[in-house]
Amino acid sequence: MSLLSSRARRPAIPPVALGLALGGLLALPLAAQAERIFVSNEKDNTLSVIDGESLEVVETIQVGRRPRSMAFSHDGSELFVAVGDDEAIDMIDLETLEVVRSQSSGEDPEVIRVDPNRPYLYVSNEDDNIVTVLDYEARTRVTEIPVGVEPEGLGISPDGRWLVSTTETSNMAHIVDAERMEAVYHRLVGARPRHAEFTHDGREAWVSAEIAGTVSILDMEETFDVEHTIRFEVPGVPRETVQAVGVELTADGRYAFVALGPSNRVAVVDQQSYEVLDYILVGQRVWHLALNGDESRLYTTNGVSGDVTVIEVDGLEAVKSIPVGRFPWGVVVEP
Amino acid sequence: MRLMPWLHCLRGVVGRELLRFLHQRSRFLAALVRPLVWLFVFAAGFRMALGVAMTEPYQTYILYEVYIVPGLVGMIQLFNGMQSSLSMVYDREMGSMRVLLVSPFPRWYLLVCKLLASTLVSVVQVYVFLAIAGWYGIQAPLAGYLWILPALLVSGCMVGALGLLLSTFVRQLENFAGIMNFVIFPMFFLSSALYPLWRLREGSHLVYQIAALNPFTHAVEMIRFALYERVNGEAILISVTVTLVLLGLAILGYNPSRGLMARKGGAGD
Repeated sequence: MSLLSSRARRPAIPPVALGLALGGLLALPLAAQAERIFVSNEKDNTLSVIDGESLEVVETIQVGRRPRSMAFSHDGSELFVAVGDDEAIDMIDLETLEVVRSQSSGEDPEVIRVDPNRPYLYVSNEDDNIVTVLDYEARTRVTEIPVGVEPEGLGISPDGRWLVSTTETSNMAHIVDAERMEAVYHRLVGARPRHAEFTHDGREAWVSAEIAGTVSILDMEETFDVEHTIRFEVPGVPRETVQAVGVELTADGRYAFVALGPSNRVAVVDQQSYEVLDYILVGQRVWHLALNGDESRLYTTNGVSGDVTVIEVDGLEAVKSIPVGRFPWGVVVEP
Repeated sequence: MRLMPWLHCLRGVVGRELLRFLHQRSRFLAALVRPLVWLFVFAAGFRMALGVAMTEPYQTYILYEVYIVPGLVGMIQLFNGMQSSLSMVYDREMGSMRVLLVSPFPRWYLLVCKLLASTLVSVVQVYVFLAIAGWYGIQAPLAGYLWILPALLVSGCMVGALGLLLSTFVRQLENFAGIMNFVIFPMFFLSSALYPLWRLREGSHLVYQIAALNPFTHAVEMIRFALYERVNGEAILISVTVTLVLLGLAILGYNPSRGLMARKGGAGD
């Protein structure tokens, strides 16, 4: 029952010589990893940069108003940030950590995704009921794809063939053919769908629903239908606070992690059997998630408590919570 | 001065205490059941009401049952310390304390042996409790279980010394209920064992100040930090100082010529 356990690693000073010797031998220090974690602080108009080794905020980047979703460019040289109140995508040079340019995105950009094959950026425009496609190299607007009412979540298949757009008010997942730039299937999912994520083999898309507190699994090979729905029940936690939002899937097909909003838990799901294995306690109103490069760690943004919780994937254990800015929304780990 | 006879005396006193503990199965069970009821029932019931935010030494958010484990460890030692003082009163009433006191060793040494014996008994109880808590899912880092040992020795000696001191005031077993009401409960509830000090501060500043001054708070914090491989220097300093002061007073109390025993009719009378 790892959800109950808590670790405070990295001893500061040993109490006695015995403690020092044995503590040094047995302590399990956090793995040294030179990765950078970027967190968008929705109310501060900043990004916090966390060093993966020290697990401390090492830089704060000023960006446009209301930063939320983030994505890296193909070559990994730039970070894109949707700044909703500026109706633009800020582009940050990862060398200098400064906003070097900004591209108009249409109204209220919330979630963005990068096409794996082309220099395209997909943007869900919540107020316009469309997904805008931008060419971030040519700095042009490629097209607009009409979807349902209040689009939010966006997921793109690993081969770039399919895009899944979720719409909050329609309660639907719209499956977009990325070649034709057209929504070709529309499927009802749980109430207020927030996020879509493809499995790494591209066979399934997992769509979370905030109000329903569920995750719908869409078959992306043949039927494009909902083939399974996962429900969550956190013992001792009121049902209405269990709201599914961010989803992350490990590449090895082992785990799926689902952020459960105000229940302050991340659900651990077996990706194959869809069985909920565990609930991990994190900060308040956990919103989005990101796995690091080798998938040894999961980072969660906790909006109300204003911090990021680090979870060790192998032990399924929260090991540290790092204060960041106000209302952290999205998180990405530099590839 | 030869060391062996002193060690022989220590072994005798410790051995007697451990044997007594092992043979009193109901005492062993009671010592375990009490904190386990708190852990399984109280903590589960109050998890939502008393949810704990992130606080040192924890690096992330914890459930309430994780928070109270060090407090329950302190509770085990507190009750054991008082039980030990009860046994001193019993020994005095039954006359078996005379047997101990006719030993050629100085009285202070006998009391220290008694204190160590009582502390070791409490350490055994604590590790059994931690093993059950670990089985239940509340686990500390592996090294923390070793780090906690010196902290347990200090805190065990602190509450044990308090028990020794109190035993100089109590003449009859019947009076022991007063210790329960006036020592154990206030010490336990007015401490950080069940709720963090910042939460107490929200409720009442006076209660917070009393809890911050309570040596048991510092003993619990010393245990809490050690369990997570951290050192709380202030808590260690206060716990060690209070232990030495209480032990000094207890030794003084047991001095037949100057202590409280003389005024109360002498040990073993």
